[in-house]
Amino acid sequence: MSEEKIIAPMVGKVIKLNVKSGDQVKINQPVVVFESMKIEMDIMTPVDGTVKEIKVSPGQVIEAEQVLLTIETL
Amino acid sequence: MFESALKGFLEGINHFSAGQAVMILVGILLIYLAIKHGVEPLLLIPIGFGAILVNLPLTELMKESEIWNEKGLLRIIYEAGILTEIFPCLIFIGIGAMADFSPLLANPRILFLSAAGQFGIFLTVILALQLGFTKLEACSIGIIGACDGPTSIYFSSRYARDLLGAISVAAYSYMALVPIIQPPLMRLLTTRKERTTRMDTLKVSVSTPVKIIFPIVVTIFTCLIAPKGAPLIGMLMLGNFLKESGVVQRLAQSAQNELINVVTLLLGICIGATMSADIFLKETTLKIFALGLVAIVLDTVCGVLLGKIMYRFSKGKINPLIGAAGISAFPMSARVVQREGQRADPQNFLLMHAVSVNAGGQIGSVMAAAIMLSTLSGMGIIS
Repeated sequence: MSEEKIIAPMVGKVIKLNVKSGDQVKINQPVVVFESMKIEMDIMTPVDGTVKEIKVSPGQVIEAEQVLLTIETL
Repeated sequence: MFESALKGFLEGINHFSAGQAVMILVGILLIYLAIKHGVEPLLLIPIGFGAILVNLPLTELMKESEIWNEKGLLRIIYEAGILTEIFPCLIFIGIGAMADFSPLLANPRILFLSAAGQFGIFLTVILALQLGFTKLEACSIGIIGACDGPTSIYFSSRYARDLLGAISVAAYSYMALVPIIQPPLMRLLTTRKERTTRMDTLKVSVSTPVKIIFPIVVTIFTCLIAPKGAPLIGMLMLGNFLKESGVVQRLAQSAQNELINVVTLLLGICIGATMSADIFLKETTLKIFALGLVAIVLDTVCGVLLGKIMYRFSKGKINPLIGAAGISAFPMSARVVQREGQRADPQNFLLMHAVSVNAGGQIGSVMAAAIMLSTLSGMGIIS
């Protein structure tokens, strides 16, 4: 078991969280809707696993490389 | 008596021509695109309505006259704002106040790609010359390739007035069509491996003094090499300077809200007013639309090809897709690059890099116009 951190690719704002703690996720599933420079984009999980902890909330302004959520892989 | 009164009512209908009916349909089409598909509504709504108005017979909204107060309503606004080039220049103040050049300043080597996005302009000029347009008309058409509305209007209001309606509608339409035109070209020109190139996270941290000095340096530099471009680049950078100086928030806010809104409204209705059937329904209009498309295709091709060269030289660190963002359609083009990158690799985020190139493209298109003006004046074609 290991933990994978999902980080913000750039400065921006969290629009929506598609998952909650404890959810099962599959690789490349969109987990966070993110906005930067008025452009919305999906952030996908790079691994299969279970959402362990969500560290941000919708509307929150995020720095580049800030951790958004963690995923526990099997 | 009753009959003659009725005749007065029917006069408008009697003067209605097939061409005018077609142009009213064109106006309705523009309005439909704006409302139903969100295609540049801020411009297409007033343009579409203006096109309907000016094609109704006997309304004389664009009437010419020696005596100024006998001119038509739209003629007065058109002469005051477009023939004097004041409207596009005022719009540039607003655009400057909205623009954020910090991604570009954080990543200056990318400026090459912004320059590559302007090649299409010059190649299209050559093509337009072959098709029999005059030198000035050809330059005005080429500017469509910059995907830059105000610059296109500025240029054609000065040097190709009869083509103004067609050129500005083409420029704004293609700007809105960037998300449809660019992706197939980008995929065609790059390999899957190139598209999946991930780039380092770009942290935008530009110091305030740099941001303040930037508009001043660009203004001085551009005006020295291409003085003819001073109204455009000067107003663009003035707007940006208002914002970055940080002490005139009120002026910066007015520029990016009230000023640009009022001018956009007046500009839109005037462009619509230039779309009367006798001027617009010509083969020339079709040629302009075709050439405009060629210009944007060539911009994209040149940008992506230079991106590929930079991919080679950086040993695979620069994703060639970002080259497509070197045009002025902001932020449409950057969004397209982000989407294509993520399509090839869901974990790929190119947006920041693409925005840098795109911000450079906004300056690049104005500079390209400035250089073109100075070249033409150097060749003695304009004074």
